[in-house]
Amino acid sequence: MPQLLNLLCKGAVMEHESLGQIFIITLLSSNFVLAMFLGLCPFLGVSGRLDTAVPMGIATSFVMLVASLCSYGLNALLAYAGLEFLRLISYIVVIASTVQLVEMVMKKFSPALFRALGIYLPLITTNCAVLGVALFQTARGYDLGQAVAFSLGGGLGFTLALVLMAGVRERLRLSDIPGVMQGTALSLLLAGVLSLAFMGFAGVGVAR
Amino acid sequence: MNSKQAGVTMDTFLEGIWRQNPVFVMVLGMCPTLAVTVSAVNALGMGVATTFVLVCSCGLISLMRHQIPKEVRIATYIVIIATFVTLVDYIIQAVSLTLYDALGAFIQLIVVNCIILGRVEAHAAKNPPLPAMVNALGMGIGFTLGLLALGSVREILGVGQLFGYTLFGANFQPWVVMVLPPGGFFVLGAWLLLFAVLTKRKQANAAIAESSVQGGRHGA
Repeated sequence: MPQLLNLLCKGAVMEHESLGQIFIITLLSSNFVLAMFLGLCPFLGVSGRLDTAVPMGIATSFVMLVASLCSYGLNALLAYAGLEFLRLISYIVVIASTVQLVEMVMKKFSPALFRALGIYLPLITTNCAVLGVALFQTARGYDLGQAVAFSLGGGLGFTLALVLMAGVRERLRLSDIPGVMQGTALSLLLAGVLSLAFMGFAGVGVAR
Repeated sequence: MNSKQAGVTMDTFLEGIWRQNPVFVMVLGMCPTLAVTVSAVNALGMGVATTFVLVCSCGLISLMRHQIPKEVRIATYIVIIATFVTLVDYIIQAVSLTLYDALGAFIQLIVVNCIILGRVEAHAAKNPPLPAMVNALGMGIGFTLGLLALGSVREILGVGQLFGYTLFGANFQPWVVMVLPPGGFFVLGAWLLLFAVLTKRKQANAAIAESSVQGGRHGA
């Protein structure tokens, strides 16, 4: 049982993972939201409607990719200078600046979307999934290609979970739900069912 | 003694434990809440680490609140929080390597815990150090209690133990899903549901009491 738990939570860290394996594992069996509990705040906050869920997912994926690339370079630089204790601080500064960039671009090209996402856009900075990508890839010692596959899988997995959840919640709005169930409790139980479904992917991509 | 100085009331402390409990009322900081609560020990370790970061960063930011320019305040807060988290990360690594391995990257992820940034922005940046730290301590304890409530339920149902001590006989069939990711969602959902039902019942009782009082008045 502990092995199974380890497999699920830590995403089956192996010696020789191919890029495809990393991508599929992060996308499905150790999905960032539903198996590793990263990025739950936007997952519960923005998943009310499909038309905000998709852009939110894409924006977060982009920040994740940039954060992953930057943190790979930063980590190499810090390791060279022997300043590993500054890792966390430098990662978070890089992520905050990337989010600022995305915010400015979005404000310029799509003001409507900018307003629809509201507070959740600057909150990408404090999205665990973004910092999680940077921290986990460092902890697992991924090289550049693996890091890119990891962040792409993570970003798409986040988008997938967000879109699935938004689809379910759009349907639920039309159904008759007891008053006490409404709100966060229902969203969490739904997320539990989704997570249970994603557990069915456990082992996908692990076998050779 | 504290209650007479600088406007610290009992409510400053108790707010985070009950009325504004970060886990059950505000539903903040969910990522560590669900991820590390597979056992009660992990939950306690995570709670104490978060409380430490919360109290220290609230105290320091409250001291510096007149110096920090408004435009770059969030970035400043994040850097201060990250400093304390790095400290905690190294302390846990030195004190208990087992706990460090169990919590993994989630210790460093305390940086992006919404509770800390939320407390700093909403309370510490506007209040003197003492009330800010007392309030942060209350929030931290409330968070720890929330984690423990989740962690103990999941450990009891999932492996039949509490803090590593076996609770049931050999015939106990562990409910494995509870220590797997879905279990986290289910247990927190069930807790929130319980609180929603209790709140609703309390409101209904209050309404009945109210209407009976009014009814009595009409009758007279």
